[in-house]
Amino acid sequence: MSAQQTTAIGANIPVTIDGMDIRVPLKTTILDAAKELGIRIPTLCHHADLCEGGLCRVCVVEVEGKRTLQASCAYPITEPMKIKTSSAKVRKARKNILQLMLSNHAGDCTTCNRNQNCELQKLASEYGITTHPFGKVKRPKYAIDHSSLSVVRDNNKCILCRRCERTCAEIQGVNALVTANRGIETEIQTFMNLPLGDTMCINCGQCINRCPTGALQTVDATCDVWKAIDDPKKHVVIQTAPAPRAAIAECFGEAPGTPRTFEMNTALRRAGFNKVFDTNFTADLTILEEGTELLKRLYGALVQKDASVALPQFTSCSPGWIKYIEQFYPEYLPNVSSAKSPQQMFGALIKTYYAEKNGVDPKDIVSVSLMPCTAKKYECARPEMNDSGFKDIDYVLTTRELGKLIKEAGIDLPQMPKSDFDEPFGTATGSGVIFGATGGVMESAIRTVVELVCGIQIEDLFEHANVIPVRGFEGVRYAELPISAVGPVPEVLKDVVPDWNWLKDATLKVAICHGTANAQKVMDDIRAGGKFSECHFIEFMACPGGCLGGGGQPIPTNKDIRSKRANAIYAEDMAYTVRKSHLNEAVLRLYKEFLTDGIGGHKAHHLLHTSYTDRSLGVRGSNK
Amino acid sequence: MINTPTNQLSFSDASCGTGLKNALAMPRAKVISTVSDSGIRGRGGAGFPVSVKWNLCGLAKGDKKFVVCNADEGEPGTFKDRVLLDDFAALVFDGMTIAAYAAGASEGILYLRAEYAYLRDGLEEMLRMRRKEGLLGENILGSKLNFDIQIFMGGGAYVCGEETALIESLEGNRGEPRNRPPFPIDMGYFNQPTVVNNVETLAWVSCIFEKGAAWFKDQGTEGSAGPKLFSVSGDCQKGGVYEFPMGITIAELLTQVGGDDAKCVQIGGASGRLVPSSEFNRRICFEDVATGGSIIVFGQNRKALDIAENFLEFFEEESCGQCTPCRDGNEKLLKGIRMLKDGTCSMQRLLSLKDLAETMQLASRCGLGQSSPNIFLDVINQYDNEFELTSDANSEPECRIGA
Ligand SMILES: Cc1cc2nc3c(=O)[nH]c(=O)nc-3n(C[C@H](O)[C@H](O)[C@H](O)COP(=O)(O)O)c2cc1C
Ligand code: SF4
Ligand code: SF4
Ligand code: SF4
Ligand code: SF4
Repeated sequence: MSAQQTTAIGANIPVTIDGMDIRVPLKTTILDAAKELGIRIPTLCHHADLCEGGLCRVCVVEVEGKRTLQASCAYPITEPMKIKTSSAKVRKARKNILQLMLSNHAGDCTTCNRNQNCELQKLASEYGITTHPFGKVKRPKYAIDHSSLSVVRDNNKCILCRRCERTCAEIQGVNALVTANRGIETEIQTFMNLPLGDTMCINCGQCINRCPTGALQTVDATCDVWKAIDDPKKHVVIQTAPAPRAAIAECFGEAPGTPRTFEMNTALRRAGFNKVFDTNFTADLTILEEGTELLKRLYGALVQKDASVALPQFTSCSPGWIKYIEQFYPEYLPNVSSAKSPQQMFGALIKTYYAEKNGVDPKDIVSVSLMPCTAKKYECARPEMNDSGFKDIDYVLTTRELGKLIKEAGIDLPQMPKSDFDEPFGTATGSGVIFGATGGVMESAIRTVVELVCGIQIEDLFEHANVIPVRGFEGVRYAELPISAVGPVPEVLKDVVPDWNWLKDATLKVAICHGTANAQKVMDDIRAGGKFSECHFIEFMACPGGCLGGGGQPIPTNKDIRSKRANAIYAEDMAYTVRKSHLNEAVLRLYKEFLTDGIGGHKAHHLLHTSYTDRSLGVRGSNK
Repeated sequence: MINTPTNQLSFSDASCGTGLKNALAMPRAKVISTVSDSGIRGRGGAGFPVSVKWNLCGLAKGDKKFVVCNADEGEPGTFKDRVLLDDFAALVFDGMTIAAYAAGASEGILYLRAEYAYLRDGLEEMLRMRRKEGLLGENILGSKLNFDIQIFMGGGAYVCGEETALIESLEGNRGEPRNRPPFPIDMGYFNQPTVVNNVETLAWVSCIFEKGAAWFKDQGTEGSAGPKLFSVSGDCQKGGVYEFPMGITIAELLTQVGGDDAKCVQIGGASGRLVPSSEFNRRICFEDVATGGSIIVFGQNRKALDIAENFLEFFEEESCGQCTPCRDGNEKLLKGIRMLKDGTCSMQRLLSLKDLAETMQLASRCGLGQSSPNIFLDVINQYDNEFELTSDANSEPECRIGA
């Protein structure tokens, strides 16, 4: 609770915690009040992104006058009270609770993916747990679920904090994970107890980010990537998305929001990657393809009065969102832009354009992508993602996996000298960078569409080209952009529209939402013919905060960490000289040299666009 | 059938509707003060003063208020609520209506234990009759009270008798206890102020408004007014439902039910206390050994460890599984009892388990986990002559906080 909030709500209830006095606003939890005083109460089931826990009980404290100990994370202060957070009673209870958890915990820290980043391990160490007074499970009870392409579930390490269940329900609205049974048989199950890969899980990995232990992990591709690097016949290239750069520093103990983009480039080369590309190249390309698609749709609907045109157009770069809409709102698939995600566009170009240009046999190329996202692993395995004639993307590494790989290579990333991305995709724009934050795709699209349509500089409308109305972390945002004047149709769009007069005095209505639970709200509104059905363009990101809060990003995550990563991303954008996708020279060169029939042309369509599958619930199959 | 020592059963001469009529003729504040004067405390186990609960609910802010009658009766060895619903359901419905008047509620819910489904048709019929007779619906008995009652079938779990788990179950969720505060009187059913009372509590309230607060207050003890129903089972000659005044000694009760030579008595069901024969002069009331009504008599040939094993098996299954101390703790206590049975428990393990039992009492989220260790502690403290410990030679010393 910030001091600002305190004064806003009015600090009115006096409490004494460990002999220190403080006044807190009504219904502040004991946990938060203690935090204000610099007292750290341990927690496991509590997570700042989620609704109240009060389940694991490690946060118990003594409240004077109460017979039992109280869970500080779930206790709202409504009257003056005296609290002890570390009495013998409290410490004993906490220690016993940790011992109970450990006694039923079948895991070996040294071989665990979460070794040194595990909340259970940390508390066991803090509370000096050196024995198992209540015994120890001898054999693991559960088989490990490897069915998903993104998430590995090892229930043997689960402490039943239920953060995953709450994440999947509250943030994602998917409900793929649920608590089942009672008593000692209580366990986290998947929907209908199916292998996770056969459920409606959207592979977002948000549950992994909030799991305090190694019970939920990412499907790890580092071993495969090492193999490729170690194979001298292979030409291993990596594209890196913007969000991991704003977070990779966290894997090396640096503060969230420390930008390490260019140090990372060097580290990647030293680790053995032959080329390091910037996914922002295809982010810019996406803006051109997806933006053109939007203009075509608008022209079709408004001028040609084509009733079959689906509006609003939905963004397509978040694979978690794609699986979500395929499953839950398949009737709206025509609204989804046919443009592939930047990762997959890049994949198709690397094994065609790049291979050709650099004289590398595409079959020798191993195309890796560094993503903040676990759903990207699912996306790259979609059978339709092989338009280059090969598997367009071979492996996806999440930020966490890359951190591991770089450490294994003995490289201290923050100490690396800086180096730039490789040609021929070299210089991206700031627009590509902000794809990493919620609202970023929309902002980039606005920068480009406004300039192409209105013939003005975006800076004329928004200072420093920062389209502030679409930024922020509000779950669902709505903005209107009046088009007061139109310019001439630029060369690249000559085949698309004859003029812009039909857009004069129109108002572009857009919305942005992140977290699929928010997407659900927007989709239901559209279904009901509400305000969002009148939008022209809506950005959907499966993860809270957008990619910077992706399921493959360093753990932990919370609002504060996400906003620091966002700051890093927006700062990087500001540092670019070119900040508009349509001015990306490498992209323009691509159209000149390779996609010669232009934006949205035949070749672009073949390589850069895709189609979607109705995966209504019950329609299972390649749902992993 | 309810037995009494003198055959003066309080319920049998109470007449349907009389208490309700009397209550509705009073101003609301008078209803609360009458309940307060009677000294009645909840009969479901926890013994919370009824007048306080109703008054707080009345004062709480909400769009709509609810009265829930807790007929989940899941405590092992309790069956007095079933007898009440079978023979005196009208008094229970009267009591709910009085509670609604006092607490400002407009909707009532009878949460009926799944196993009591056979009672449902009869109770529904009774509700229809009451609507016809103007005892439910709008302007009940010509007053300003609008109130109706629905029946909801329980989920079949013991923990659903815990009032907040019951509310979760009513809302269609897993029957799991909530964090408190907030309490149901502030945020209960769908976060609206809700009074939850036991079947017997509500039936007594009807009697109080027929026979007067003093009639009730004059029975029982200082802190535990009134008569109480007991479900007596186990090693005795005349098990069944009894009415005794609160404060009766265990010995007196045993004489009445033909269990004089008992080895020990479990008072308050699985989560209650095991009282050995040396303490049979203790009184059954909130000041001494409290009970929601369950009395289980154990004869001389019963083994204490078997009793504990049996109850802990129950808890290991019936814990809702939400919180660590209860979910995992009951399993460890059960394992400990089994180790004691087969002679593999060391002194050190036993001390750790005692610590654990205390932790469970203090740190569990609801009454289930807070009271399930009682049986463990009672047995190891009172019947340590029934087990032997192994030597600690091979175990590492454990740092026990506060030891
Ligand atoms: C595990 C557990 C089970 C309970 N089961 C019942 C029950 O079956 N019936 C009941 O009336 N109260 C039961 N209670 C007590 C209720 O939570 C609540 O205190 C009671 O219904 C309040 O009514 P009273 O004040 O009239 O006693 C249970 C409590 C716990 C912790
Ligand atoms: S989950 Fe944590 S405590 Fe368990 S094995 Fe892994 S690192 Fe160790
Ligand atoms: S990956 Fe996402 S959708 Fe799948 S279980 Fe985890 S939170 Fe739910
Ligand atoms: S899988 Fe992880 S997040 Fe889910 S309940 Fe278990 S420990 Fe908690
Ligand atoms: S004490 Fe037991 S029954 Fe109560 S909330 Fe905890 S696990 Fe559930």
